[in-house]
Amino acid sequence: MTDATLTTRKPVLGESQRNGLIAGGVLALFIAALVVATQTGTITRNDWTYKIFVDPFVSMVDMPDLLVQTVWEGFVAGVLYSLIALGFVLIFKASGVFNFAQGIMVVFAALSLVGIYEFLTLTLGMPAGFVAALVAMAGALGIMFVLAVAVERIVLRPLVNQPDIIMLMATVGLTYFLIGFGEYIFGGSPKVMITSQLGLPTGSTMLDFAGGRINIQHLDLAAAIIAAVMIAVLGFFFQYTRIGRALRAVADSHKAALSVGISLNQIWVIVWFTAGIVALLTGIMWGARSDVSFALEIIALKALPVLIVGGFTSIPGAIVGGLIIGVGEKIGEFYWGPLLGGGIESWLAYIIALMFLMFRPQGLFGDKIIERI
Amino acid sequence: MKTTRLALGLGLGLVAGFAAVSPVGAQESINFVHNTYRTGAFSGSGIPVADGVRDYFTMLNNRDGGIGGVRINFEECETQYDTRRSVECWEQAKSKNSVVYVPWSTGAALATIPRAHIDKMPIFSMAYGLSAAAVGGTFPWVFNPPLTYWDGASVWIQYIAQREGGLDKLRGKTIGLILLDAPFGREPIPVLEALAREHGFTLKTYPIPPAEMQNQSSTWLAIRRDRTDWVLVQGWGAMNPTAVREAGRTGFPRDKVIGIWWAGGDDDARPAGPDARGYLALSWHQVGTNFPVIQDILRHVVDRGQSNSAREKIGENLYNRGVYQGMLIAEAIRNAQRLTGKRVVTGEDVRRGFEVLNISAARWTELGAPDFAAPVALTCADHNGHHAAFVIQWDGTKWNRASDWIRPDRARIRPMLEEAARAYATSNAGWPARSETCDQPS
Repeated sequence: MTDATLTTRKPVLGESQRNGLIAGGVLALFIAALVVATQTGTITRNDWTYKIFVDPFVSMVDMPDLLVQTVWEGFVAGVLYSLIALGFVLIFKASGVFNFAQGIMVVFAALSLVGIYEFLTLTLGMPAGFVAALVAMAGALGIMFVLAVAVERIVLRPLVNQPDIIMLMATVGLTYFLIGFGEYIFGGSPKVMITSQLGLPTGSTMLDFAGGRINIQHLDLAAAIIAAVMIAVLGFFFQYTRIGRALRAVADSHKAALSVGISLNQIWVIVWFTAGIVALLTGIMWGARSDVSFALEIIALKALPVLIVGGFTSIPGAIVGGLIIGVGEKIGEFYWGPLLGGGIESWLAYIIALMFLMFRPQGLFGDKIIERI
Repeated sequence: MKTTRLALGLGLGLVAGFAAVSPVGAQESINFVHNTYRTGAFSGSGIPVADGVRDYFTMLNNRDGGIGGVRINFEECETQYDTRRSVECWEQAKSKNSVVYVPWSTGAALATIPRAHIDKMPIFSMAYGLSAAAVGGTFPWVFNPPLTYWDGASVWIQYIAQREGGLDKLRGKTIGLILLDAPFGREPIPVLEALAREHGFTLKTYPIPPAEMQNQSSTWLAIRRDRTDWVLVQGWGAMNPTAVREAGRTGFPRDKVIGIWWAGGDDDARPAGPDARGYLALSWHQVGTNFPVIQDILRHVVDRGQSNSAREKIGENLYNRGVYQGMLIAEAIRNAQRLTGKRVVTGEDVRRGFEVLNISAARWTELGAPDFAAPVALTCADHNGHHAAFVIQWDGTKWNRASDWIRPDRARIRPMLEEAARAYATSNAGWPARSETCDQPS
């Protein structure tokens, strides 16, 4: 953003939202008409209109337990997407750059955690368990801090006031460095996340619901709670503290922030370290659902549609965007996926994001940019 | 004086230069450039396989001085399971006169099959790649023993029928196939669809896009919604441990989840901990280190610090599969040496060596692997063999054999493969008719 740019908040219900509501209303009327048409026999079960517009809703009503389970799975995925998106938002706010390296930071942080734990227990002979896991956690946080300082010193400081595209390319370079460095240190073999050693719950609880059952994984519950707490703390930190205000100043203009005595270097270290903490938590949660390998990097791409929906500059946007994408793609995959042969959720997230873009190009909570000429 | 010294220097330089490039005294070697993926999203599956095959050839070099007295110059080409990189590796293998190309990816196999007969480099895609390449008359340069994905589909259904009490008990059942949404994942679908029609079960397919390998919750919800009785896993890389974990998370009986042979890695089951107990996969060779060939690897490679693998991973399922692949390729090179009388063979020679590949039970023993795998034999017409497989089961710490040998329904599969091969040749204009001569096995 240049100095000639002003940032304003939009009214709660702008023209585009009104249009959105009207569109939603029209859609609801359309669905109601289809239901009536089905009831009266105008549309049969084999018609594509029935399969697309009626059958999924009939399934939702027939099997409410599966609907709730799908929404829950979407919610958990959404919270985790939010966490990833948060890493992007923090760095974007501080440096105006899309941090391409956020995905590999997730992998690097998780590998550091597991790698240090293995080193402590296998090489140094420390008893396996919670204490070793805590020490490993502290070690992984230390590595993320060192990484933040190194990024600030080596990558960002020489690039102050350079065009954004230069900064983006620097993070692309950082990504490939971290991939190579991570593979050199930890190897390419997948590792098992130390879930139980960290005290994270395993197992599940079955809840009876509407004649069916809902399976709540304790790990998912913990992930949702930890992510929610993390987001709340970060939200508070960046909204109400001196550093948070400094961060927002930096986001508006590097030059202006420097002129009022804000240390750009300090802010960047704080923000990259925070993004590192977020990456570590994301790595633990996703790693516990599968394994810790370089494949986790792909998960970070999920943040893109989340950022499109929520805006690149808003922490609440990352949360709401994550939940919309998470729940939206799971519902879409579950109820409409079979019509298209399944496996649609990877691109469905972008379709959902594009639909939001049509009504709010700056994202749900993004700042509307007014360029004065 | 100056001129004399210059002339002397030039003369010495020339002599030294000639000595360096002269074949006299240079060690003979056979080049083998092998695709691997030790990095990237599929490294979990790629590393143990690469370690197994690499260690086997290192062992042959250390123990026997190579094959037939010629050292094997084994090189790896990193692909990250990326087809574009794999094709670059084809070019590298070609430029280094590799005697065989091992794609380790169905996508890469499909991309390079049209080049094999032009560049005279055989493709060895062991139990993966284009299933129709089993038809040697159409694909003289491609070999995919010991069985194809189509055979695997047949074995899957026969095993399920055994557990259900007969093929007639399959009627009304729902069998789900979760598959990596890539050429590899889609390979078994034609046979499963045909078997579903014949035996009256419902086939549900659940494709997993590569970007969603570790994000399968909606797939397993769909499995629950469809009341799927059995789940087949055509997966690779990080998709497999996630599938096993999700089966555990959703409470789907693990002993009704059967992976293809590539979903049977120790690292596919291990991350799920106790949740993985009971998980099944297909295989065609044994696990463990209790074979002379593996002991030789430990002695001649691992003990000398020349292996990339951790000692405790030697003998794991995918490691032994790499060794198995190494043994088949080494045998083809031996055959080529025998057929041609040459010590240093070429890709064309090794192609002939594959066509007469015949490893009997006695030969497995000679190779240091008694009862390691079933006999495998190829012919000019049949580049696959459609050999039997069995089911292995994860007990929480290791794989154990859980069924007898199950022979695929060759009578059903072979005509389908021949039809698919014909269709391939027709749809690829100018596909050459086989002109390669056929050697008789001795």
